[in-house]
Amino acid sequence: MAECHPVGFQWVVEARERGAKVFHIDPRFTRTSALVDRHLPIRAGSDIVLLGALINHVLTDGLDFREYVLAYTNASTIVSEHFRDTEDLDGLFSGFDPETARYDPSSWSYEGAGQEAAAGVRAEQLEGGARHAEAAGAEQYGSGGAAMSARPPTDPTLRHPRCVYQILKRHFARYTPETVEEVCGISREAFAELAEAITANSGRERTTAWAYAVGWTQHTVGAQYIRTASILQLLLGNIGRPGGGILALRGHASIQGSTDIPTLFNILPGYLPMPHAHLHETLDDYLAHAGPDTGFWGRKRSYMVSLLKAWWGESATEDNDFCFGHLPRLTGDHSHYTTVMEQIAGTVKGYFVMGENPAVGSSGGRAQRFGLANLDWLVVRDLTLVETATFWKDGPELATGEMRTEDIATEVFFLPAASHVEKEGTFTNTQRLLQWRHKALDPPGDCRSDLSFSYHLGKRIRQRLSGDEIDRPLRELTWDYPEEGERAEPSAEAVLREINGVGPDGRALSAYTELQPDGSTRCGCWIYCGVYAGEVNQAARRTPGREQNWVAPEWGWAWPANRRTLYNRASADPEGRPWSERKAYVWWDAGRGEWTGYDVPDFEPRKPPDYLPPDGALAEEALAGTDPFIMQADGKGWLFAPAGLADGPLPAHYEPHESPLPNALYGRRANPARRTYHSPHTPYNPPESPRFPYVLTTYRLTEHHTAGGMSRPLAYLAELQPELFCEVSPQLAAEVGLENGGWATIVTSRTVIEARVLVTGRVTPLRVQGRTIHQVGLPYHWAWGGGGLVTGDVVNDLLPVVLDPNVYIQEGKAATCDLRPGRRPAGRALLDLIREYHDG
Amino acid sequence: MAERMGFFTDTSVCIGCKACEVACKEWNDVPDDGFVFRATSYDNTGGLGADTWRHVAFIEQPRRGPEEPGGREGSKGPPGPEGAEGQGVEGWLMSSDVCKHCTHAACLDVCPTGALFRTEFGTVVVQEDVCNGCGYCVPACPYGVIDRRERDGRAFKCTMCYDRQLGGLEPACAKACPTDSIQFGPLEELRARAQERVERLRGEGRPQARLYGADPDDGVGGDGAFFLLLDEPEVYGLPPDPVVTTRDLPAMWRWAAGAALCLVGATALSFLGRGGNR
Repeated sequence: MAECHPVGFQWVVEARERGAKVFHIDPRFTRTSALVDRHLPIRAGSDIVLLGALINHVLTDGLDFREYVLAYTNASTIVSEHFRDTEDLDGLFSGFDPETARYDPSSWSYEGAGQEAAAGVRAEQLEGGARHAEAAGAEQYGSGGAAMSARPPTDPTLRHPRCVYQILKRHFARYTPETVEEVCGISREAFAELAEAITANSGRERTTAWAYAVGWTQHTVGAQYIRTASILQLLLGNIGRPGGGILALRGHASIQGSTDIPTLFNILPGYLPMPHAHLHETLDDYLAHAGPDTGFWGRKRSYMVSLLKAWWGESATEDNDFCFGHLPRLTGDHSHYTTVMEQIAGTVKGYFVMGENPAVGSSGGRAQRFGLANLDWLVVRDLTLVETATFWKDGPELATGEMRTEDIATEVFFLPAASHVEKEGTFTNTQRLLQWRHKALDPPGDCRSDLSFSYHLGKRIRQRLSGDEIDRPLRELTWDYPEEGERAEPSAEAVLREINGVGPDGRALSAYTELQPDGSTRCGCWIYCGVYAGEVNQAARRTPGREQNWVAPEWGWAWPANRRTLYNRASADPEGRPWSERKAYVWWDAGRGEWTGYDVPDFEPRKPPDYLPPDGALAEEALAGTDPFIMQADGKGWLFAPAGLADGPLPAHYEPHESPLPNALYGRRANPARRTYHSPHTPYNPPESPRFPYVLTTYRLTEHHTAGGMSRPLAYLAELQPELFCEVSPQLAAEVGLENGGWATIVTSRTVIEARVLVTGRVTPLRVQGRTIHQVGLPYHWAWGGGGLVTGDVVNDLLPVVLDPNVYIQEGKAATCDLRPGRRPAGRALLDLIREYHDG
Repeated sequence: MAERMGFFTDTSVCIGCKACEVACKEWNDVPDDGFVFRATSYDNTGGLGADTWRHVAFIEQPRRGPEEPGGREGSKGPPGPEGAEGQGVEGWLMSSDVCKHCTHAACLDVCPTGALFRTEFGTVVVQEDVCNGCGYCVPACPYGVIDRRERDGRAFKCTMCYDRQLGGLEPACAKACPTDSIQFGPLEELRARAQERVERLRGEGRPQARLYGADPDDGVGGDGAFFLLLDEPEVYGLPPDPVVTTRDLPAMWRWAAGAALCLVGATALSFLGRGGNR
């Protein structure tokens, strides 16, 4: 966190000054490790074993926060008798189809819910899970039926053998301190210290927080890493309470915003699923399969109709399904790596690349460049001429003779972009906080904001439309933002106001609960409704901390409804009283008959704790006064996910796709549902291969930003980390013959790169399964060009294209490699070396 | 003269982000220092110089057994990775070095043009338009801070953002520091705060914590920019007992004058002696 979020890390430093104990779990000793109480080096790709053992420790010793667990989680819920665990099937859950490598999740459902539970479920849509799976062909997620029961059968004594609590106990029993030592390389003593610290620091009086970044997500089991942490935090009562939670340290500059108002193929603004061709012909079809009808997701018609009204205005009427037919449709998987494969296959002809540099930043860059070279046209918008725009004249494939400039027919358009200080708008930060940025100066020359580019491109396209039916969606689109200045910059505030939404009187709405299903309201993103409440740009608020309470509700604006901590009803006990004075956050004021507290209550303000839903209730009315997880169909925190995930209702440890070791826990080596590509452009290292004996992991340094497009051209940053280097332990350096400051050659099935050597005790060999495992660390900021003052080989070229089946994130944090002393060969000789490894 | 202002650099909360180095260069328009991979932990700028006015040192402390001399058995400092003795690191020290703005500043003493001067904030600043590049100040500095820029010839170093101070702003490095490792303020206040801090750290079982440059009775009369260190100064590349290099100048002049007088006397005697022979 100190490495990649140094500004946010100041609060960790401050917490520690105030007595917090901080652990850092990371393969190498980083700038974060330097400032914490305990650093636990871990083998990359083994975190589920560590987290699972913590869960087992909590369950075995009865250390869970029982009142919280009983009231607020699905611990007591009884699961279908058809469910089979990895315990029963040696590493598989029930429902696996080896032909397609996909799960049918229907047997994971709650008792009595039958097949219906497999319907898209809200929590996973929020993470993009179910929709991804659907787009990948797991159609049953979207077509299985309506919502699951809000009131499944339960056993409050937690003794029923099929209740979630008992299933968890059996499932995690094999995750012991001994397996942590065997698989992660973390000693039993260190594990005991961690386990003692987190359990002692949870309960009524105290809370524990976990923070993670892509070290948890970029794995073939990435979504399940987060699930494991969620189970642990729910058991300890650390969700929805101050100082608790699981904090995703997302990318800088609005990565959170880019999923809220998505740049993803499978969701619409506010995590509404993207409709699927043939399955979702009408709005009713779509809504029937777009998530549960109970909980706040039950208002999905209001969210969707308001979005359609924002986009198609007066043209959207009840009679024409509010122009639902105008929306584009999915036909399958259109994710990043599949798109690249389709470029290579010749079916994808054109490509917009805005603020990305996939030729350097994506795994297996060689495949990316072969895709780019096979396009008809390519539009790149960036601050500098990044490698994605210049691969055709200076890419590494030219040096090896695999490509020749004269053979590449791709027409490349480079459009210079404005930087963040040269445009206005919002950033949505990692904690869902929208903050308005003011423009400091005009962009130079032809540089323009992304907003300006998209808006004016849209205007020009609309000028060329025919009266043809196929052009109707674009013709009827509301595309009329006020333009400002001689450069006709569209007003970002007008866009934010459209996202916020307006009521029948044309005035800005204040909250998503005001959205209507009848077309009388418009809203560009339901979770952002309220950011322009009272016709005021709430994201631009900067009230100093000393002038407001410690939750600081007037600093920017957080979605939804300016709530700073989600599910904060859980910060009070079932009767609505704070769990403790020390951790008081939101509580029920019986005298006034409403919820109150330091934060905006994440609950209906006047629903009393003793409210019980009538039979057949829908939306939020179906949830009781003790159901804090208001976006879930049953209002509960899910220890066991009865639907929505593509690779199991519970996390299980699988080795990375490329691992030097077998799976010590199950007969299945790697995640059986992981996504691989069978193409000569995406070769894989064989598992447990002696030719690739070392674990490879990648990361970022404080001094650079991602693939370097924004930092390599800047002298003040480039001089601080001027060359690509690999970090190796003194033991590995001795084994391979590497010298500090010298050169190393790193080899995978994809390619061969060279890097300077940094021999450091901050990387330690680990004893795992009776073997010494060496890890090689590589920061990935360099490439051959991009206006960089400093250049180097492309680390991401080494990585395999193998994906998590839920969210299609590549496994960038754990692969295998070989290491050789000296510089790599160049030209044809480089290909010969790869072939040598391939042929063994 | 206004109150004497200073820097207190508390290395116990430095995260080595180098925001100070970058902010300093941005504000003061300091050129880059070359693009050299040094293979010395994460330090690629090497040290303070004409083109680096803030410099973050990175010191990897090897793990030592408790029985070894220097073993940190009493320390609750950041423990290193698990592993066998001799593996891993005990800790990773980071420290942002800067011009000390000495109370007795030798650079200022030796400057023949008056380019170096003491500001109303008690800091020591080079006036770029007066410096003639003689370079006398370079060997005069007991810390090796001030340096001549090769392609320019003149001497450069930290000004404690004299221009920002004149505008009522804190220096760029202190402003950019995310963890308040670099604190700027009236020197007396900083010294008091630092004393509290070092006592607290020692109380928490970090006996290695110490202040460096905070003592007005040291060889330079105390530094305007002082530090809280977590190990011996030498570990950070700092001189353990710096002395203003012009301290002995008056005595040296006296000796020189005496020597000159002796020489004159001896010469005179020699002539007298010859005269006697004649």
